Amino acid sequence: MKKIRIIILREFLTRVRKRSFIIMTLLGPALLAGLIILPIYLAQLSDKPKHIVVLDETGLFYGKFPNHAWISFSYSGEDLETLKENLKKGDYDAILYIPTSIVNGPANVKLFMKKEVGWQALEVIKNTINYELRAHKLALAGVDKSLLKEIDVSVNIFTYVIKGKKEEMSYSDLRYFLGFFASLLIYVFIFMYGSMVMRGVIEEKSSRIIEIIVSSVKPFELMMGKILGIALVALLQFVLWIFLTLAILLSFKQANPTMFTYKEPIKAEIKNKGLTPDEAKIIQQNAALEQSELNQLLEGIRNIELKNILISFVIYFIFGYLLYAAMFAAIGSLVDNETDTQQFILPVTIPLLVGFLSINFVLNNPDGPVSFWLSIIPFTSPISMMARIPFTPPVPLWQFLLSVFLLVITFVLMVWISGVIYRRGILLYGKKISWKDVFIWFASQKN
Amino acid sequence: MISVDVENISKYFGNYKALDDISLHVEKGSVFGLLGPNGAGKTTLIRILMQIYAPDGGSVWIDGKKLSPEHTQLMGYLPEERGLYKKMTVGEQALFFAQLKGMSRNEAEKELKKWFEKFDILSWWDRKVEELSKGMAQKVQFIITVVHKPRLIVFDEPFSGFDPINVELLKNEILTLKEHATIIFSTHDMNSVEELCDEIALINRSKIILSGRVRAIKEQFKANLYAISFSYEGNPQELMPKGIEIRKLGDNDSYWDCVVYAPEDVLVKQLLSNILQQGKLISFKEVLPTFHAIFVSKVTGIPINEIVSYEKN
Repeated sequence: MKKIRIIILREFLTRVRKRSFIIMTLLGPALLAGLIILPIYLAQLSDKPKHIVVLDETGLFYGKFPNHAWISFSYSGEDLETLKENLKKGDYDAILYIPTSIVNGPANVKLFMKKEVGWQALEVIKNTINYELRAHKLALAGVDKSLLKEIDVSVNIFTYVIKGKKEEMSYSDLRYFLGFFASLLIYVFIFMYGSMVMRGVIEEKSSRIIEIIVSSVKPFELMMGKILGIALVALLQFVLWIFLTLAILLSFKQANPTMFTYKEPIKAEIKNKGLTPDEAKIIQQNAALEQSELNQLLEGIRNIELKNILISFVIYFIFGYLLYAAMFAAIGSLVDNETDTQQFILPVTIPLLVGFLSINFVLNNPDGPVSFWLSIIPFTSPISMMARIPFTPPVPLWQFLLSVFLLVITFVLMVWISGVIYRRGILLYGKKISWKDVFIWFASQKN
Repeated sequence: MISVDVENISKYFGNYKALDDISLHVEKGSVFGLLGPNGAGKTTLIRILMQIYAPDGGSVWIDGKKLSPEHTQLMGYLPEERGLYKKMTVGEQALFFAQLKGMSRNEAEKELKKWFEKFDILSWWDRKVEELSKGMAQKVQFIITVVHKPRLIVFDEPFSGFDPINVELLKNEILTLKEHATIIFSTHDMNSVEELCDEIALINRSKIILSGRVRAIKEQFKANLYAISFSYEGNPQELMPKGIEIRKLGDNDSYWDCVVYAPEDVLVKQLLSNILQQGKLISFKEVLPTFHAIFVSKVTGIPINEIVSYEKN
């Protein structure tokens, strides 16, 4: 056991001291934090409000465009050419030209801009025109305008899960994201660190260090020492990523305390005449909804059981990695250099790829039979189960335990098989070994 | 110092018999040479001694105790295929290997620095292995093999791939290490056998075909050949008693240098007296076969005296 410790220590220290490890460790959190901060930051970045002049030949839209903090509309009766002149001078940001023909064909609304006004402004314009035009046409058909208000249902879905008597918001979007992120991370880590094990084995074999080492330790000890040492590197990197990301986020919060806090929706400006109190309310609600996306996210982070996700992540990460690392070690022992790994590596990477490629499927059907089997079968379970775990209702405990149990059993079995291959493989220099040879080793196992 | 007894060891790789019923005894404190052509099974036997392979039959005894993992700490091993971690520093690497042999870090550092100083390579301690030349790396590998004061040291083809300076260094070190350790090495460098070995075993095609003390073997393979220099006016053939064959003859006017084959001692006496009476004897010595000759004779089956006569003396 003392010798395994020495080997683990060497594997760990030589890798942790590498420049690439340090760079990865610093770069990861910076990217991750950036991914979180940037959208929030951008959402709060208030531009100079855009001013759009509406030239409405129909008279249907007067005062109908909602004013926001970031966009305002005014209405003009001047002719288009004059307005264009003024636009060039910079009196406003855009001209919205609505010709009379719109009543028959809504295709010919024009927006003249000095600079891009952004897709959000376009959305507001399009929605308002659609809404008013529909109202107008319905009115012509004899339908009351207030009826239109009633049939205009909001399509923002808040998902709830019933737990006993409680109803909880489920934050499906966020769970989807967490599931995706966790399973992707497992896939990347297994692949990255598994192949690191393989390269380490190849290095020892091709440089002939192996023979000196195995005269001091058992090949199995060497293999396990390598696998565990690299596991520590991976865990250290993972923990550092989490802590550094949190540190960056916290320091941002320190510098900008309002960033992650719940905000009151901005009051819609109800300056313009012609709005009924109902219409004003709708505008207000829309504004509230816009703002609430961020609030919902923050709320969700507070409410989802991150602890469970983290614990299962660590379990699946460790055993998933160990399982694959053992296989990668066996492959490394069979070849003299990395380019020869192709013929052996396929059986190892295929299950890993199946797990990876089915992430999306599992996320969309976390409780379906395919997801169930993928998350029970040991070779795909680390990835597929991690995609299921964040969802509610939670994965039944028996499924989780069964999956982990099978994973551990397979890991133990695989370590034994890899140990046999490894012991034989590492001392066969300069020979092309095939799967057939490997099967013969097992058939004639004597050692 | 420890003694090694190999008893009826066999080892198969698939259907191939790599070692066939090998037995040998290595005396405490001796230098033992394992000779044999490539593929004879030397490395396989060494790997069994180092517990890298398990034998399919037979057993190995170290000082009368069955070979077990505890013995690895008493042994030092310099394999034929040797390497180092390229990206590690020399010092860290040496410490790693020394610790694997059971030394504490402090003890290992102290001992290693002594050796590094001795070989005048202390300044490389913090250098990476990839910066070293091959000869430098060989010194480091040697130190790694012996730093934990092993009581049995095994060198597999130690002289192949070493530069001549390092070969000299290695030979001297082997003679020094002999004071504290039993040494086994495999080689096909026959000169080193005669210089260094007390005992040898010759392995060919998975079997031991010859073993014993170096002097005794040489005695056993006496080829009845004699190198004689003399001056004689006339054909030297005239001096040869019946039964003696001249195997090699060089002449320089009336000065003769020849190697003769004399199957019986009486013939030698006769020849000498002939020379003494009719010419002038300059030198006379028995030609003992070199190990190279014994090796070739045993492996190829050509009689020893035919090989020796055509060898350079």
